[in-house]
Amino acid sequence: MRFLDEIDRSIIVATQDGLPLAPDPYGVIADALGLDVDLVMARMAAMAEDGIIRRIGVVPNHYALGYRFNGMSVWDVADEDVEEAGRRLCAPGFVSHCYQRPRRLPSWPYNLFAMVHARDAATAQGLVNQLAAALGPLDRGHRVLFSTRILKKTGLRLT
Amino acid sequence: MDDTDRRIINALQGGFPISRTPFADAAAPLGLTEAELIARIRALRDSGALTRFGPLYNADRFGGHNTLVAIAVPAERFEAVAAIVNAFPEVAHNYAREHELNMWFVVAAESRQRVDAVLTEVQARTGLPVYDMPKQREFHVCLRFEA
Repeated sequence: MRFLDEIDRSIIVATQDGLPLAPDPYGVIADALGLDVDLVMARMAAMAEDGIIRRIGVVPNHYALGYRFNGMSVWDVADEDVEEAGRRLCAPGFVSHCYQRPRRLPSWPYNLFAMVHARDAATAQGLVNQLAAALGPLDRGHRVLFSTRILKKTGLRLT
Repeated sequence: MDDTDRRIINALQGGFPISRTPFADAAAPLGLTEAELIARIRALRDSGALTRFGPLYNADRFGGHNTLVAIAVPAERFEAVAAIVNAFPEVAHNYAREHELNMWFVVAAESRQRVDAVLTEVQARTGLPVYDMPKQREFHVCLRFEA
């Protein structure tokens, strides 16, 4: 975590919807903000270095690529096993996000979330079965919640 | 979408250069010209194959807070509740899922206070309990989608 000044914030606001599709996109942003292009590029490079920018590039729409089966697999793992379980869920290389979250008992006993994506339901279920095998006895119970519809997708918004 | 589009999607999910000629720099290893790469990305974005082109920001690295929220919404109220939830700019994405908890969305804002205020407001406007499940720990993965 680090402090962002007004210049960083103005760059985030100007680029969070995307980069201009022009030969010199950082120059276009710099002109719009009244900043020097070298400063804009230096700030973006620093934000990338610090992890404030995860990555720069194309953000594919999973659905449009045919990955219509987005499964949120959720796992009930003993708290002391979470670290090992997280490592095992990530090891096969097909989980896109993996987080520990608090249980909401009694109705929600699951504390580890791992997203899987596939082009058909059988493949997605197969991926979850592989994860269950990887966890072995650490898995005290799991489910997979498939998405039926994207209701909204915009990403981070600063105002 | 043709093979060139697939190569662009597979190669450019990160690492887009920060330079005065980033499209030209990124186009060369793909055997494309700057103008071709720009036109391809524009067409992919306009067709919906890409949701976006540019930097992906990570809110928790600058003091922001985000959480995953679930609500059990009665079927007959589903669209109305989705409209209430989606109207908040702090709601980054929202998915319908097959479970009793059938609406799952991410709330991201610059402060924990603002996230909590959104949840309070959603609960008040919908009359439905919200399950707030903030990330406690992230396990790092490096998946990329194959087009």
